Amino acid sequence: MTELSGDTLPGADAFPVPDVADDPATRPFWEGIKAGRLLLERCLRCQAVIWYPRGFCPRCGSAATEWTEASGRGTVYTYTVARRSFGEWAAAVPYVIAYVELAEGPRVLSNVVGVAPDEVSTGMEVEVVMKAGGGAYWFRPAVSGGARP
Amino acid sequence: MSRPAAAVIAGVYEHPRREIPDRTVAQIHAEVALGALADAGLSLADVDAYFCDSADPGLNSLSMSEYLGITYRYTDNTDTGGSSYLSHVNHAMRAVAAGRCRVALVTMAGRARSERRGPPAGRRNGPEADFENRWGIAATLHNYALVAMRHMHEFGTTSAQLAEIKVAASQHAQHNPHALLRTPVTVQDVLDSPMLSDPLHRLDCCVITDGGGAVVVVSPDVARSLAQPAVKVLGAAEAPKHAGNGAVDLTCTGAAWSGPAAFDEARVRPADIDYASIYDSFTISVLLALEDLGFCAKGKGGQFVSDGALLAPHGRLPFNTDGGGLCNNHPSNRGGMPKIIEAVRQLRGQAHPAVQVPDCALALVQGTGGRLGTRSGSATLILGAADA
Repeated sequence: MTELSGDTLPGADAFPVPDVADDPATRPFWEGIKAGRLLLERCLRCQAVIWYPRGFCPRCGSAATEWTEASGRGTVYTYTVARRSFGEWAAAVPYVIAYVELAEGPRVLSNVVGVAPDEVSTGMEVEVVMKAGGGAYWFRPAVSGGARP
Repeated sequence: MSRPAAAVIAGVYEHPRREIPDRTVAQIHAEVALGALADAGLSLADVDAYFCDSADPGLNSLSMSEYLGITYRYTDNTDTGGSSYLSHVNHAMRAVAAGRCRVALVTMAGRARSERRGPPAGRRNGPEADFENRWGIAATLHNYALVAMRHMHEFGTTSAQLAEIKVAASQHAQHNPHALLRTPVTVQDVLDSPMLSDPLHRLDCCVITDGGGAVVVVSPDVARSLAQPAVKVLGAAEAPKHAGNGAVDLTCTGAAWSGPAAFDEARVRPADIDYASIYDSFTISVLLALEDLGFCAKGKGGQFVSDGALLAPHGRLPFNTDGGGLCNNHPSNRGGMPKIIEAVRQLRGQAHPAVQVPDCALALVQGTGGRLGTRSGSATLILGAADA
């Protein structure tokens, strides 16, 4: 569903992408990201969407979970423009950190890319975007209206 | 009216320095431990319970008690970031009340200012790390900026209103000879300071300091033979606020639960409070706490802090009369300990005369640990003067 944006992704190219922990509970999630798919863990007993994935449901305690593909769409719940940063992020300023409320419910941390930082606003409709072989997922202003196949 | 208290604070000490490159963290612990015990009129040999956070050197209580020469009957290394020390006072009060100990020592120390250019202290990642550490939240600042932006979106809070909090702290800090920043600032000064992470300016942020402090919590019978006016621990409570399986709500903190629980135990209400030490890592931290503790309605914090409400001695709710973390001291990036100490000064009548609240009988101490934009701990203490 989410097309990969080739070798470059304007805005995100300067972002460091740290390795993730080798954790059986989150491995399918990160393998999904590498393949350009945003997967959400869902509880088979109470149907809760589990965020962040952890291999069991913190709502009902069930260890029976499944992976489902997210729509990739959401809205900006809040954001900040980092104009000063530190360490390996110092060179990436200005960049936008945001909580995105996914259509499936969870509010997840990410970056908003592909738009001038000062044009981002709370409530903005966004869609997920990834980079080929990348280990992260970002959001950009939604360009394709309506439901996606 | 004299309220019963299970335990009292008999001694406090805040390290007078704000940059201490010539001491180890353990040495700073020792200095503040001895300082607080001297303030109480007690010695290391009197201590039978010891509390420190789990960021402390070696194996926490075990290493530090050996270093300090303490043999304890009760110990606790609760670590909820900057609110840890309020939790320690809470747990010390419970242990004293249960007869498990009579003299509890709480120490904290760190060198965040001297070490800020060095490598970050090693700490095992939490299970959430991979979902939060790849978006450039490279400083606590970025995390709290997300909170401030949401509060502005929901309630119309303005940068000028947040600036009022810094202005009040700076007015108080001018009277504290140990404060890192002693020059009063205006709302315009805050707004004109560099925007670091929208909507937070440089002057919305606390200071970075070395330092530390200690508190001695004792049983009322021990306190009777001591020189300092006893400060009663009347109520205490803790609560976590976490991301709730993705149900993030950034305009509410754990103070919404720890506050009412502490008020209930002390049998007082927000309107009864004469002085408040409110955790002020950022201006927005104070605004949210004031709302969640019930000093004003949710969303009305911006209006509450305007017109000098936080100014001592005569504002509606004098706060952080030592200059707080915004101007005075935020040792080891954990501001809870100075908050307790300034509340004790107020209740003893030992604050600076320019900011001493007249007839200060009831004080609230609010600690916030961790990060409000992701997960944070809240701890609230209600303290009373000897005759409160």
